[in-house]
Amino acid sequence: MALYSKEVLKHFKSPQNVGKIKNPDALGKVGNLTCGDVMYLYLKIGKNKSGKEIIKDIKFETFGCTVAIANTSLLTTMVKGKTLETALKVTKDDLVKKFKNVPLIKVHCSLLAIDALSEAIYDYFKKKGRKITSEFEAKHKRAEKVGRELHHRHADVVELEEELHKK
Amino acid sequence: MKSIYLDYAATTPLDKKVLKVIEPYFSRKFGNTMSLHLFGQEAKTAIENSRKIVASFINAGANEIIFTGSATESNNFVLKGLGLPGKHIVISSIEHPCIDESARWLEKQGVKVTRLPVDKHGMINPEDVKKAIRPETILVSVIHASNEIGTIQPIAEIGKICREKHVYFHTDAVQSFGKIPIDVKKLNIDLLTASSHKIYGPKGAGLLYIREGIKPVPLLHGGGQENGLRGSTVNVPAVVGFAKAVEICKVGMAKESKRFNKLREKLVKGLLKIKGSHLNGSPKNSVPNIVNVRFDFVEGESLIIQLDLHGIACSTGSACSSASLEPSHVLMATGLKPQEAHGSLRVSLGRFTKETDIDYLLRILPGIVENLRKISPFKNSYKF
Repeated sequence: MALYSKEVLKHFKSPQNVGKIKNPDALGKVGNLTCGDVMYLYLKIGKNKSGKEIIKDIKFETFGCTVAIANTSLLTTMVKGKTLETALKVTKDDLVKKFKNVPLIKVHCSLLAIDALSEAIYDYFKKKGRKITSEFEAKHKRAEKVGRELHHRHADVVELEEELHKK
Repeated sequence: MKSIYLDYAATTPLDKKVLKVIEPYFSRKFGNTMSLHLFGQEAKTAIENSRKIVASFINAGANEIIFTGSATESNNFVLKGLGLPGKHIVISSIEHPCIDESARWLEKQGVKVTRLPVDKHGMINPEDVKKAIRPETILVSVIHASNEIGTIQPIAEIGKICREKHVYFHTDAVQSFGKIPIDVKKLNIDLLTASSHKIYGPKGAGLLYIREGIKPVPLLHGGGQENGLRGSTVNVPAVVGFAKAVEICKVGMAKESKRFNKLREKLVKGLLKIKGSHLNGSPKNSVPNIVNVRFDFVEGESLIIQLDLHGIACSTGSACSSASLEPSHVLMATGLKPQEAHGSLRVSLGRFTKETDIDYLLRILPGIVENLRKISPFKNSYKF
């Protein structure tokens, strides 16, 4: 038996929605440098027939392990075309369930993908001057705090990454 | 699908000749070495013959060898059996976890531990050993060849310093034993650890060479086996197999080493042709069967799983592959940054590695590296 389930390997072998979106409506950047994963999630927002905002297009870039790559890919397929409201409701447990069997130590990678999406939508809400619920603000603060702590622990790495991104 | 094993530093398959020799010891020759009857004495004779074989392989006396259940046990025994409270021990910063974690445990018991730094090739400076030794130092333990990067330490020099300072010198020789010649007298070694399953013997047998006169406190108190130093009914098939594996190494080691050197050269050359690749460890001072490289902006765990999907088995020092989610302490000790250690790949060759296996790896790997970089957010910022 292989370390990862067929479902994980399917997304790992042919990840869906890989790449960048030029001039995205929203961008979520998260990184768990403890284990070396960095995720960028790009969104293009549109409207559905009933006028609700939906994720019209979604693309991702991930530097990381098998589960990190597979998770971001899976999440993009789950939320593409969905309303922002629905997208925000997806949890790490939903991802783990779809993957059937994820080693316990890799569950945090699922949370990272969820954080990337949540941060992207937060970015969009901020840009549009939308009201942000206290719950959503708390979620954003937590992701930001993790980022800050990691920045503190691995300052040189983060700086290198930022520097590379400016180029 | 192809099935190519290039992870011989992790473990090796049993040599068929070994399997043949050990089979009777599971059934017909099943005696307990401590029994007085013929069944027991037959087993005892087999163990004592095995002891002579492995002892002569490293130029030791048979009375200086004890068999253990694993190299981890041997290493625990040395550190815990000599590192008594109030004492000081010296280890390197690139030891196998079974030394490093034992030392960590000893620190909690009031033992002082010094960890020696290494240079970018993973080499210890013997002068640092000299400086680290204090009046209460009892033991210096340095890994002979690194299990991760293959670097061979200057253990003869380190051993000489220890002799002069009247400090015991132990080396964990798991990766060098059976790969390069070892003479405990010439190398000034007081204690040495080796393992059976790394040299095509069965799992479940290790050895510890203890120079005559040294008396570590036993780890396993019991029925007086192994000269009272290791209680436990002896695992006769594993020990007999270990000795047979040693015999095979003795005959073929020089030729095998030559073959590995050729394969390694080809492998390193091919790997370093991949853009953004670097050799980890020492270009010259390495065991002939271990190669460790890293690829910029590639995550090692993903790399290993991709190779696995192509039928190639290798290993990595990436944090994502470890239980602790921390990058390899060995690569970090050589001065690499976490993001560099994440992209490491260890390829280890063995007796059954063919040149065509290396060719296949070199054909498949560049595409995998490229694909992983394509997914990464760094693809535009990192130009090759």
